[in-house]
Amino acid sequence: MDTVVLARAFFGTSLGFHIIFATLGVGLPLMIVIAEIIHQVKGDNDYAIMAKRWTKAFAVLLGVAIPSGTIVGVQLSLLWPGFMEIVGKVISLPFQIEIFAFFLEALFMSIYVYAADRLPRYFRLISVFFVALGAVASAILISAVNTWMNTPDGFKIKPDGTIYDVSPWDAFFNPSFLSSSFHVAITAYMTGAFAVASVAAFKLLKKRPERERAYHLKGLFMSLTVALLMSFVSAVSGHHSAQILHQHSPEKLAAAEGLFETQRYAPLAIGGYTDPKTEEVKYGIEIPWALSWLAAGKFDTEVKGLYEFPRETWPPFYVHTLFNLMVGIGTLLLGLAAVALAYWWFFVKRKGKPFPKWLLWSLVLSGPLSMLGIEFGWVFSCSGRQPWTIYRVQTTAEAATKNEDLGVLFLLFLGLYALLSVLTVLILTAYFKRNPVSKDMEKLQS
Amino acid sequence: MSEEVLAILMMWTFIFIYSIFGSIDFGAGFWAMIYNNHKTMAGRIANRFLSPTWEITNTFLVLLVVAFVGFFPKGAYTLGTVMLVPVSLILFLLAIRSAFMVFSYSVQGYRRTMFIISGISGLLIPSLLIAVLPISQGGFIAVDGDTQSLLLSKLLTSPTLYLYVLFGLTSELYLSSLFLADYARVSKKEDAYRLYRSNAILLGPLTLISALFTLLFITPESRWLIDNLMDQKIWFILSLVAFLIAYFSLWWPKQNRPGIGRPRLTLLATVLQYGLASVGYGLAHLPYIVYPDLTIYEAFTAPETFYSLMIMYIVGLAILAPGFYIFWRLFLKDKRYLQQE
Repeated sequence: MDTVVLARAFFGTSLGFHIIFATLGVGLPLMIVIAEIIHQVKGDNDYAIMAKRWTKAFAVLLGVAIPSGTIVGVQLSLLWPGFMEIVGKVISLPFQIEIFAFFLEALFMSIYVYAADRLPRYFRLISVFFVALGAVASAILISAVNTWMNTPDGFKIKPDGTIYDVSPWDAFFNPSFLSSSFHVAITAYMTGAFAVASVAAFKLLKKRPERERAYHLKGLFMSLTVALLMSFVSAVSGHHSAQILHQHSPEKLAAAEGLFETQRYAPLAIGGYTDPKTEEVKYGIEIPWALSWLAAGKFDTEVKGLYEFPRETWPPFYVHTLFNLMVGIGTLLLGLAAVALAYWWFFVKRKGKPFPKWLLWSLVLSGPLSMLGIEFGWVFSCSGRQPWTIYRVQTTAEAATKNEDLGVLFLLFLGLYALLSVLTVLILTAYFKRNPVSKDMEKLQS
Repeated sequence: MSEEVLAILMMWTFIFIYSIFGSIDFGAGFWAMIYNNHKTMAGRIANRFLSPTWEITNTFLVLLVVAFVGFFPKGAYTLGTVMLVPVSLILFLLAIRSAFMVFSYSVQGYRRTMFIISGISGLLIPSLLIAVLPISQGGFIAVDGDTQSLLLSKLLTSPTLYLYVLFGLTSELYLSSLFLADYARVSKKEDAYRLYRSNAILLGPLTLISALFTLLFITPESRWLIDNLMDQKIWFILSLVAFLIAYFSLWWPKQNRPGIGRPRLTLLATVLQYGLASVGYGLAHLPYIVYPDLTIYEAFTAPETFYSLMIMYIVGLAILAPGFYIFWRLFLKDKRYLQQE
């Protein structure tokens, strides 16, 4: 592998690993805040137990989210020194504000975890609120840098690479910032909610005492409600992001849809794959006119095809599949949450029936699926920008390190990520096995 | 003061703050390993400090990197290129240490492993971190046209590196002993206080000796630095005075109370000592970030970015100040936390 490919594989792996923990690190605090609020409003202790147990899981995940985030942050300079040189000049602002968000989260997380017994109840709620705020702010700010890579703004560059006329705030609020960062935050909430739903559904699969079943049903209902809402909002915001692609990164949209000829009344290709030989989408379902409508709300919108652009700036064809997977998973999960809640309303609540196994099993899969959707989305966003690191400003080859020692380091970090994954699973299972819900319930009664 | 000088001043301030807190953090990890299950509770005190604070200290390390990229992008380019291997090792060790800190809090079975990992990495990480100083002083970077690379074998066989590491480690252990002595005193654990005090008495002179040797055995490429350091004598003389005050106040009796030494005064005077020496070193290092290839003027960011960063630092720190205050009250002052058994 040459150094550039190796650097991409290395960084992609680091990021892909971090994203799992970072996403849950944004999603879970929201669930904790909601549970704390319901508990204080309704006085139902089950929600206090939920908040406590999710905090425990969150703390363990944070143990990986923090170091992996540190790794990603520093590796940017190690693997992409050319990129970071421009970043430093133009878009270091969100990075820096992100540090403050990070401080906010770290300070109040320590307070919430290590000082909970010395704090009044309302202050615990404030602490966990700040943790949630810090987490989502970090996500939005870091996404700001990524959106700037997709739609760079706020500076000018001379042919020799000199950067001038910098406007840091314009770079920050680049054209795709609001829509994409919002999408990142909402899908993290969606994933956090589905992750909770997964666990609750899994617990309901086995026979349990009525008291515990009631507890898990409450958790399932609450998480599904949040999941449904967030899935819907993320579908709308995803649609908006696609329109931004149409305006600002037309070749990315063309590659996502496998569209080669520029046309009005462009069809939407669902499924299939882009055949590099014949240059068309094979085995896909075509919905006539739909792409034009999605791109700008009108059927006669002209959508640019790949032939419009020089061949060496085409994104890889596999982004069509990634795009389909992301959108497909999002749609599927939206439907699943709706079906499950409808079932709950008509059969579980009114007739006292239990959830059927097939529905519970589907819900168990929902959390991992949602996480996969996020991963596909990020890979789509970043490989869809190729060959650029900063769209039409800097190529990935220019950005990458010239250092050739990457191979061994890559293996070292692969080992690290494997070790941390295994340990996380071991620790979560060990902790929750030793501290089952029943134990928390007894503690609360005594 | 020019924008570049203001920026490097900010940078040095951050580095100084991190090197103090980092020393205390990693040092506490080391002492917690050494005094695990010690009858004086010295280990438990170190760990009590470490549990809620390591995350904040870690955030500060990220802040350093981000501030450097923002203020001196070209510097980030150079150091990012040449420091790939050492910094990757730091990240690796840091990740394992952080993860075990958190895991051991959830599952008791991991405590022993955590103490060992945190103790050993508490020596290794600072050793790797301080390697940036000899590298920045020149002689260890090969330039070939447009590409720069680290002369790893030259670095690893150079006595300068090891003397810097020795200086770094003795300073780390000295500072953390002083801090933990003070923390033990506030926690009313007199036995632990005496233990950390005697460590500090031993380590104090060692830091001075290793600093002296580091300068004596400096590489020929770094002669320029020695010449510059000579011009900054006054800062080092003041620093030495601060050291003497700090060191002798370890014997200063407490007013109207039994017990020997005033650890709070010692700690503050020692921070001042390192602060003054840092000013001297920093001034002597100017205008270079990496000698002789990179100065602060070449590495500087876009001026517009610099000003918006400065404003955001002021705003951000103002917003966070109450949070830090609450944190300090809860973990460094609250008797309910400090004096638990």
